[in-house]
Amino acid sequence: MSTPGTRTVLVLLDSAGTELRSPVLELITVGRSLGRVEAVALEAPSVGVLAQLGAYGVALVRQAEPSSGGEVVTGDALHLTPVVAEVLAAATRASHADAVLLTSSFPNKEAAARLAFLTEAGLVVDASALTDGGTHLVADKRVFAGSWDVRSEIVTDPAVLTLRANSVVPQPADAAVATEVDALRVELSPAATAARVVSRTVDESAGAGRPALGEAAIVVAGGRGTNGDFGPVTELADALGAAVGATRDAVYEGWHDQFVGQTGVTVAPRLYIGAGISGAPHHRGGMQASQVIVAVNNDPECPLFEISDFAVVGDLADVLPQAAEVLREHRASQG
Amino acid sequence: MRIVVAVKYVPDIHADRGFEGGRVVRRADEGTLNELDENAVEAALRLKEALPEAERETSEVIVLTVAGPDADGAVRRSYQLGADRGVRVSDDAVAGSDYFGTARVLAAAVRRLADEAPVDLVVTGMAALDGLGSVVPALLAAELDLPQLTLAGKLEVEGEPGARTARVTRELDGVEEVLEAPLPAVVSVTDHANDPRMPNFKLIMAGARSRVLDASPRPPRPDAEIVVDKGEGGRALAEYLIRNDLV
Ligand SMILES: Cc1cc2nc3c(=O)[nH]c(=O)nc-3n(C[C@H](O)[C@H](O)[C@H](O)COP(=O)(O)OP(=O)(O)OC[C@H]3O[C@@H](n4cnc5c(N)ncnc54)[C@H](O)[C@@H]3O)c2cc1C
Repeated sequence: MSTPGTRTVLVLLDSAGTELRSPVLELITVGRSLGRVEAVALEAPSVGVLAQLGAYGVALVRQAEPSSGGEVVTGDALHLTPVVAEVLAAATRASHADAVLLTSSFPNKEAAARLAFLTEAGLVVDASALTDGGTHLVADKRVFAGSWDVRSEIVTDPAVLTLRANSVVPQPADAAVATEVDALRVELSPAATAARVVSRTVDESAGAGRPALGEAAIVVAGGRGTNGDFGPVTELADALGAAVGATRDAVYEGWHDQFVGQTGVTVAPRLYIGAGISGAPHHRGGMQASQVIVAVNNDPECPLFEISDFAVVGDLADVLPQAAEVLREHRASQG
Repeated sequence: MRIVVAVKYVPDIHADRGFEGGRVVRRADEGTLNELDENAVEAALRLKEALPEAERETSEVIVLTVAGPDADGAVRRSYQLGADRGVRVSDDAVAGSDYFGTARVLAAAVRRLADEAPVDLVVTGMAALDGLGSVVPALLAAELDLPQLTLAGKLEVEGEPGARTARVTRELDGVEEVLEAPLPAVVSVTDHANDPRMPNFKLIMAGARSRVLDASPRPPRPDAEIVVDKGEGGRALAEYLIRNDLV
């Protein structure tokens, strides 16, 4: 590999929406600390996205134009995991990238794995940090439900990583640049489109007005202890500008739509507040890497207290609304 | 229909796990069947059970695992649940292999089984609760050059023998997708797909294309500051957040 600061880093822009979400801006921020960043887009970037890329110092976007057997591949099929992987492999070759960064969603982890398979790259999924070790890139990762930190160096070139949200604070570049869009023609293998997308629906309303669960800096989650009333949980979340999460049990009861945990969404926010949540290993596995953990539970023996920094023994229906009230007053007094 | 279910032995997630010399250490007696693979076994058994009787009698659910002899008890257990066959691939070179090595060995085993008679479907769980990379199913599809239908919350197989398609519904990060592919295909199912009937396994895995430089247990969190609510618990919580710049 090359000397630090001179690497080429590719970042996958995973949504074609009107603006780039924070986790993608984090990838660009990390990428810039290693060298030059190029973006790869599956669909045409909007004017707003181009402006953001410029502000973040990304001069080039490679917009995929895949085809299969002479037919142009467009629409939902662009999101098939093998298609994403082959597009990224072509972009890696075109830009001689040293590293490819993706956000840590389940589909992206699979795309990253297939990309590493195609390019014989080293792979780290769910990394929490990426730095330049001089000879090799060095990735940090929390494993075993956040109880161990592992640092690995990626000895193969290129390096493919998915990076967890909230790994760094997104920082625009010192100087903005003009961003160019280049077409990236890719002839896909027949296997890439062997599966067909029958339908694909993006839930635009998901968490309307609230940050997305996997990306939020603050998460307030409710469990069985809410008894089905998520009012106090959402009230506190709104007072904090937080995302709302739940346990799997609460989601299965139909009280909320997304749960935190090993089989749900993994979160590592600055602040996690769990109310009416016992703290089962499956749940902890998805939140234990949070920086500060606060628990509210009427059982003083509740296991979540063991990994908490602050805890209130009490009924969440009393504690959460009171906390929200005090926080609203505090905010108002700050102007 | 011949269905291969790839399963994994993992340490019990309730037990202590750690590192030694760059490898994950696991205690044999703490191993279990990766909980999420129970859903894969269940999905395969249900597909077989739904077949017309004549075809069902010639159909096979084969449980495949890459592990040492300590996994045999679990393979035996899968017979009791209704699996027709258990195959354990044992190879010293495999111990401690990475995602890619694991996928390569599983693919070789599936190809061997397909040499005997065609394999229609390879089913896996959504992730191993130990490594939690959840990328092995996608890599297995890539190795076998088969369509991947991963992270299925719902799995249906339609059509006549020899011309079947699998259709999965999945919901990830606010995107709902329905995907379809002709068989043979690789499918991974989530724990939403069904309620499984069973339990017990184990295997090993660490990094090879990347190497562990340093692994350290995180310092335990200091004991929590605990406040008992006597009417002012919410205020105490809010004040803690304000004091620590968390608002
Ligand atoms: C394969 C598998 C995967 C799983 N994956 C996940 C996962 O990813 N995420 C997940 O969350 N779970 C997961 N689970 C489920 C997990 O094991 C637990 O069952 C679940 O997390 C418990 O949810 P809970 O804390 O809401 O409920 P409970 O364990 O029932 O806890 C409820 C808590 O609320 C408290 N309480 C009751 N009333 C009040 C009140 N008025 N005020 C304050 N506190 C109150 C109680 O003291 C108790 O501590 C999984 C399970 C399996 C088998």
